[in-house]
Amino acid sequence: MTQIIPAEGIFALLWVLIALPAVGAVILLFGGRRTNSWGPYLAVLTVVGSAVIGVLMLLALMDQPAEQRTVVQNVYDWVFVGSFQASFALQLDQLSMVFVLLITIVGALIHIYSLGYMAHDPDRRKFFGYLNLFVAAMLILVLANNYLLLYVGWEGVGLASYLLIGFWQRKPSAAAAAKKAFIINRVGDVGLSLAIMLIFITFGSITFQDVFGQASEASEGTLTAIGLLLLLAAAGKSAQFPLQAWLLDAMEGPTPVSALIHAATMVTAGVYLIVRSNAIYNAAIWAATAVVVVGLITIFMGAIIGSAKDDIKKSLAGSTMSQIGYMVFAAGLGPIGYIFAIFHLLTHGVYKAGLFLGAGSVMHGMNDTVNMRRYGALKGLMVITFITFMAGYLAIIGIPPFAGFWSKDEIIHAAFERNWIIGAATILAAGITGFYMTRMVAMTFFGKARWEDDAHPHESPPVMTIPLIILAIGSTFLGMALLFWGNIETWLEPVTGYESVPTPLPTAFYIAVTLVVVVIGAVIGWVMYARKEVPIEAPRGNVLTRAARQDLYGDAVNNVLVVQPTYRTAEALTTFDTKAVDGFVGGVTSFVGDLAVRLRRSQTGFVRSYALSMVGGVFIIVLALILVRLS
Amino acid sequence: MNPANYVLLSALLFSIGAIGVLVRRNAIIVFMSVELMLNAANLAFVSFARMNGNLDGQVVAFFVMVVAAAEVVVGLAIIVTIFRTRRSASIDEPNLLKY
Amino acid sequence: MSAFPWLTTLGVLPLLGSIVVALLPSSKPLLAKQVALAVSFVVLGGTIAMALQFNGSSTEPFQFVESYPWIPALGISYSVGVDGIGLVLVALAATLVPVTILAGWRDIEEDQEAGGSVKGYFALILVLEALMIGVFVATDVFLFYVFFEVMLVPIYFMIGKYGGPQRSYAAVKFLLFSLLGGLFMLAAMVGLYVVSARQLGTGTFDFLTLVNLDIDPNTQKMLFLGFFFAFAIKAPLWPFHTWLPDAAAQGKPGTSVLLIGVLDKVGTFGMIRYLLPIFPAASDFYAPVVIGMALIGIFYGAYIALNAQDMKRLFAYSSMSHFGFITLGIFVFTSSGGTGSVVYMVAHGLSTAALFLTAGFLMSRRRESALISDYGGVNKTAPVLAGFFLFAALSSLALPGLVSFVGEFLVLLGAFERYIWVGALATLGIVITAAYMLRVYQKTMTGPLNPSLDAGGIKMTDLKGREITALVPIAALSIVLGFYPAPLLNVINPAVERTLQFVSVAEVDSSLSSEGSEQ
Repeated sequence: MTQIIPAEGIFALLWVLIALPAVGAVILLFGGRRTNSWGPYLAVLTVVGSAVIGVLMLLALMDQPAEQRTVVQNVYDWVFVGSFQASFALQLDQLSMVFVLLITIVGALIHIYSLGYMAHDPDRRKFFGYLNLFVAAMLILVLANNYLLLYVGWEGVGLASYLLIGFWQRKPSAAAAAKKAFIINRVGDVGLSLAIMLIFITFGSITFQDVFGQASEASEGTLTAIGLLLLLAAAGKSAQFPLQAWLLDAMEGPTPVSALIHAATMVTAGVYLIVRSNAIYNAAIWAATAVVVVGLITIFMGAIIGSAKDDIKKSLAGSTMSQIGYMVFAAGLGPIGYIFAIFHLLTHGVYKAGLFLGAGSVMHGMNDTVNMRRYGALKGLMVITFITFMAGYLAIIGIPPFAGFWSKDEIIHAAFERNWIIGAATILAAGITGFYMTRMVAMTFFGKARWEDDAHPHESPPVMTIPLIILAIGSTFLGMALLFWGNIETWLEPVTGYESVPTPLPTAFYIAVTLVVVVIGAVIGWVMYARKEVPIEAPRGNVLTRAARQDLYGDAVNNVLVVQPTYRTAEALTTFDTKAVDGFVGGVTSFVGDLAVRLRRSQTGFVRSYALSMVGGVFIIVLALILVRLS
Repeated sequence: MNPANYVLLSALLFSIGAIGVLVRRNAIIVFMSVELMLNAANLAFVSFARMNGNLDGQVVAFFVMVVAAAEVVVGLAIIVTIFRTRRSASIDEPNLLKY
Repeated sequence: MSAFPWLTTLGVLPLLGSIVVALLPSSKPLLAKQVALAVSFVVLGGTIAMALQFNGSSTEPFQFVESYPWIPALGISYSVGVDGIGLVLVALAATLVPVTILAGWRDIEEDQEAGGSVKGYFALILVLEALMIGVFVATDVFLFYVFFEVMLVPIYFMIGKYGGPQRSYAAVKFLLFSLLGGLFMLAAMVGLYVVSARQLGTGTFDFLTLVNLDIDPNTQKMLFLGFFFAFAIKAPLWPFHTWLPDAAAQGKPGTSVLLIGVLDKVGTFGMIRYLLPIFPAASDFYAPVVIGMALIGIFYGAYIALNAQDMKRLFAYSSMSHFGFITLGIFVFTSSGGTGSVVYMVAHGLSTAALFLTAGFLMSRRRESALISDYGGVNKTAPVLAGFFLFAALSSLALPGLVSFVGEFLVLLGAFERYIWVGALATLGIVITAAYMLRVYQKTMTGPLNPSLDAGGIKMTDLKGREITALVPIAALSIVLGFYPAPLLNVINPAVERTLQFVSVAEVDSSLSSEGSEQ
């Protein structure tokens, strides 16, 4: 089994990884206007610093023998009550290591890109402060060694996401989208909270080490419950069915945010949670099946939405949902899938970040227009953006040797190892991916120019294109690098476990079928959107298109099932409170008041009538005394 | 002589006083009726003191007298003042102190 | 233990201060404020000095004990002392008073023609501080009762004299509710005295003696109700809550901070300090009812807050929801639930203070309107104000990393350990909390600037130095204690465990061995 090694040498700096961006966030957010000029650069530096430390840690970790690659650093005791102990303790192992690198390196690139993208925003300092806050929280999430600390990171990234979606708060739609994201995530948080509690009362501990060590001893019912609760949490954060509705609205945030948070890192936290808790899912087959089902539904929902949206960011958001669906799906497959879920997560993190930043670069040149029907023929004017976007495009649809091919192919293969029906479904979804991505590329870069009158497309400055180039290189080579040079399978195996089941047909067959389906999808997309004129006004479309434009009625369903009943209950209770509860209180007081008004009448002001009542009172008392005496 | 007779006399005087207070309008008469009731009480006290053979009742009678004297001082002053302002000694007329 | 009479000193200091403030000439309102602020800082300093000497691992039930006979014939004594629970609440009161004074610096001036004087308000705050400290440190039930009732007087005047247009209605409602509760408590207290007189020969009101009485369960049930009624009104629990929204809506922000932030904690403090140890059997017997009331309160308050049109009423109903959580934590009789409740009391004090003060600053810029619809887009002209408002909202919805999360999570965990479904149900409350808090932030702070905020002499300016100074300590404490709650947990947990020993329910076993009962 894995051995825990103490945090010495470079690993003693584990807390610094988090502290650097955290300090950056504090300085930027509380420093006020005096940090306006140099704050953004400090923010970039802190993340670059974390990335450097991350790389050094990777090298140090690779020097260790495979079973000694788990480092735990106990920073201090955090919450402790009776037998409940939650330390502020960090755990670095192979799984968190790859996340640290993804977060810090992609994070650093996006920070740099934002220097250009947000150059003219008056609230630039706040933006970088929030980004730093996000990086710090995300690092807490992946480095925590127990579920409660993970929860801190979990909510921390939620907060950063809330702040950044609503960054342009003067737009009511942005503020509403931010609130929606937070509240839907909060539903997922209920799942995480309950899972933590159930884990604690089942295992008496919430550290990963203790829980996974004892996982096999708990009853399957309990583990299924924990697994389903964790799935609820993952669905919230990773925008999986049925909590998917917030991600598309989240595109109200600035594009670098969509790239970093809503494509590369935060939305994949759910996948991390499931893979991290693999010991629980391994023993709870029904929970794992639920994960597969949720993933599969989302793959198709995302792909269909992505095919219909004309807003380039929303189309990419649909694609993100779909790709994360792949990861969740793979994570649900069990030991045959965990590694490939993470593998796909990494390649997706890089190429989707590249695609989003490319989209941002396009928008930057097109006066922040997001409607792809007003793009077209940009390939000659934005050469770097075009080439880097194409790298991302080839990666996401899975053309060899681009990164996405390797990871998606492994997932499809793993699906066939389990069951050919779900395998076929994943191939079909890959075809849809080919369709909507080709549609996007065709509408944006090819065809005729359909620009708005005041648009003057131009290439972005180097501070934006250099990150694009780096991410494009990543989109091209990362898959091969991780698979052949990085040996990701053996690297992750001690944490996630790995097994391979023989499939009835040779691997090459599945690859070939997948490629054929993808190419068919791409050709359909090309024929429909590059060969034919794209109308500026969207045609009415068929039923599915119209549904997909409405996010497959996710909002409508939420509205009817949750939002409206909630507000109606609130109104009813308010009426109840004022009419019944406070009304009762008011009733008692007015009863007393009325009684007083009536009794007051007896005060006539005539002395003799008072005297009469006194005499009457005396008679009654005397009578009472006599009666008591007699009885 | 039977002490009960004194008590009966006391009760009779008290009743006359009480009826006087209730039926007469003239403040002076009412006042005298009140005095009558007080003295009826005094008579009862003294008789009971005699019957029980201790002095408690007689002591209380003295207190009652003191109270009655004080009451006369204050009460007559009020009646005279009312008479001066209203030219009347009727007690039904000043009924401002009501609801 | 130190022989220095810390607690008496802390109680007497603000009282003396209030006399000084009251005697100052009315023509110098500034001096009155400065003196009041200075006194409150001295008290805070004294509290910190005392807290540093507090021994968290002591086995003594109370520390800094003082005891002098008061009415020996009835077994009443002036005895004070603190355990961990009392200590943190005293510290909470001592922290919030200077903050309130600073925040209310300008609130009172324009009220002078309405009859209240500036110095009077600040003198009342100091009187209230003395009484709040007294109620948390009393270890004699009668002394506790005296403080409990006298406390109504300054707050009555703070609402009735310095409040909004409907202040007298609110003040009288508050007073009548509280007096009614106090009446029941008085009756139960007399009953308790009689029971102690029967058992011990001489009656007593001493807490530590009463705790060790062996009271017949049926008697306990009667007496419990008397005390519980008073605490439930004070806390306030559903359905005894209707005085709170009115009082909060009519009071000055500072008044509301002290009322909800500290004063109402006396209710929940009383539950954990007096109900559980003195009436263990009755506590056990009534626990399902109380938990039911707490659960109703959590959702009832949250739903009404979701529909509220008036910010101050919204915060009042949200507090009602939070008090549901606190009560729930106390009555599940688990170590984590009880400790969580006390942490939650502190956290709620801080978050309420942040909410009411920021809202107060906001409203002072728009002629004291509390209507949500009168605002919008404030973030644009007053970003710091909006930032603190968001912080306060997040603190109220228990964002992990803030101290309210520690409290809330422990309460829910405690509930979950005892009754899984109760814990699970209560956890759903966190979604509604997020919904109403973010709703009010969205409506007031984001979007385009509400036109009424830039017309008719109204200018939505950002926070000034004094206002920021008042808010920063609250925010800093919330964050620091959220990431490092050890100073709280270290002192609270032993006191809670000692309390729970009286309740004859065994601690829930949390390990694999008890798994059979869970499924």
